[in-house]
Amino acid sequence: MTTPPESQATGQAAAQADAPEEIHAVPVRHPGRWVAAAVVLVLFAMLAHSLVTNPRFDWSVIWSYFTSTRVLKGLQVTILLTVVSMAIGIVLGVILAVMRLSANPLLSASSWVYIWFFRGTPVLVQLLVWFNLAFLYPKISIGIPFGPSWLTANANNLITPLAAAILGLGLNEGAYMAEIVRAGILSVEHGQSEAAQALGMSSSQTMRRIILPQAMRVIIPPTGNETISMLKTSSLASVITVTELLYAVQLIYSVNFKTIPLLIVASIWYLIVTSVLTAGQYYVERYFARGSARELPLTPFQRVRRYLTTWHAAPPAPLPSVDRDQA
Amino acid sequence: MSAAAGAGEAGAGLPGSPMVLAEGLHKRFGRLEVLRGIDLRVARGEVVCVIGPSGSGKSTLLRCINHLEKINAGRLWVDGELVGYRQHGGKLYELREREICAKRAEIGMVFQHFNLFPHMTVLENVIEAPIRVKGSARAEAIDRARQLLDRTGLAEKSDAYPKQLSGGQQQRVAIARALAMQPKLMLFDEPTSALDPELVGDVLAAMRDLATSGMTMIVVTHEMGFAREVGDTLAFMDDGLVVETGRPRDVLANPAQERTRAFLSKVL
Repeated sequence: MTTPPESQATGQAAAQADAPEEIHAVPVRHPGRWVAAAVVLVLFAMLAHSLVTNPRFDWSVIWSYFTSTRVLKGLQVTILLTVVSMAIGIVLGVILAVMRLSANPLLSASSWVYIWFFRGTPVLVQLLVWFNLAFLYPKISIGIPFGPSWLTANANNLITPLAAAILGLGLNEGAYMAEIVRAGILSVEHGQSEAAQALGMSSSQTMRRIILPQAMRVIIPPTGNETISMLKTSSLASVITVTELLYAVQLIYSVNFKTIPLLIVASIWYLIVTSVLTAGQYYVERYFARGSARELPLTPFQRVRRYLTTWHAAPPAPLPSVDRDQA
Repeated sequence: MSAAAGAGEAGAGLPGSPMVLAEGLHKRFGRLEVLRGIDLRVARGEVVCVIGPSGSGKSTLLRCINHLEKINAGRLWVDGELVGYRQHGGKLYELREREICAKRAEIGMVFQHFNLFPHMTVLENVIEAPIRVKGSARAEAIDRARQLLDRTGLAEKSDAYPKQLSGGQQQRVAIARALAMQPKLMLFDEPTSALDPELVGDVLAAMRDLATSGMTMIVVTHEMGFAREVGDTLAFMDDGLVVETGRPRDVLANPAQERTRAFLSKVL
């Protein structure tokens, strides 16, 4: 058995015993980098200057509306739309991906058609269709197919703007998630399902316990991407009168005409939520990376903490190889 | 030979009956005939080593025995029961998934590339099937897993992930994982072929232990030394057929068939 630390330690000991002279050479100059840095700095200064001095940004208006009840309510609806639509999208995506990979040709084909249709039409059009569903189906009922119905509701009451937005965004997302999940499932080595089957696990157990947890490593990054994208796509719901963040500020600036400041309010909120989601994605990815690398890298917080705690400490002494040999 | 006569010979679960019996076994992948009439008999407690050139159908034979492949013709019995089918009134019925799973659970299999579950620790790898498939209690499964890991000297690696282990350690975990299901038959598919030479010994030692404990084993291998010392029988396969079987010493020292001789002259 080889133990890498040991060989490293003996290597260090050897290096110390007979250390060659360090090289002191004149480093290569990079004038191009300095010029590029200067250009970027000037541009950045110009931007900062205009942000501060241009009175039309109306920063006082921005801050006064930033935490107003109407904006916060809109933010709430935006987050609700994002979370619920993504949840629907993910569940639907897993089901569609499994269907797509199924041996049953009808299941696989219907999954293909679903993805083809929902990816092939603009999500804005889908939202409008769901919003106007009552025109197609005035009454919606639950019952035996082609038989009697037990529960009937008026479509106009059932499909509120919010429900239409959730349906439109969620069903559309399902098509995209299906492809992401399918890629994840296909990325898991065939030997894994074989080993699980050889142990007597059923195909559903194999999928749930062995394949999907490993597929997650491939699925998570694009899903994070989709969630961030969904956060912003949810602003399309403003078209069907859902008072999410964008529509909330639109309602305000349609009265006071502070268009740009209020759009900046919305943008700042979108940026904040996106940042939170990005951080969340980092930790979810880390969780599912367990076992994929020999050792997980430190999180930024762990790195800062280690940096702070070792700041004044002496540099770590080379490992005494003698100790290890005895152990 | 008719199916009925074969079934009689296979005799379900009787002590003297063979653990594995293949008669005229055929397996095709599309138009490629991989197995072309295999006849093989493995007694209880016997260790059969299978050698042969690559592409001769050794792995496919193991996969057929473990229901991972469906056979196209011939008959195959494991422990007196037909593999893949149920015979009823002269007709064959395909087994349902649940029935196949139940049979696979009684046969352990070890793969060339270990195929440990990388997202689970060593201990989780070993207890997964006993808990999910057999319905063992968690504490009991953990107890048994620790015993098995202890036996191959991997007790302190319980909480490591497979990637943190050497190939030899991974393969020994894979053996422990298969043994945790308390199988009646163990199949090894070139278990040492993916290992660095210095790691092969530990895995072979674990297999030798297992053979001494009376386990019925079919080992596809290129380790002639292991075949000679541990194997009760050596089967040479070529081109989808079992060309020659016999005591390992005899087959290795003076093969009866020309093809066996040609193969051995290349590998020995």
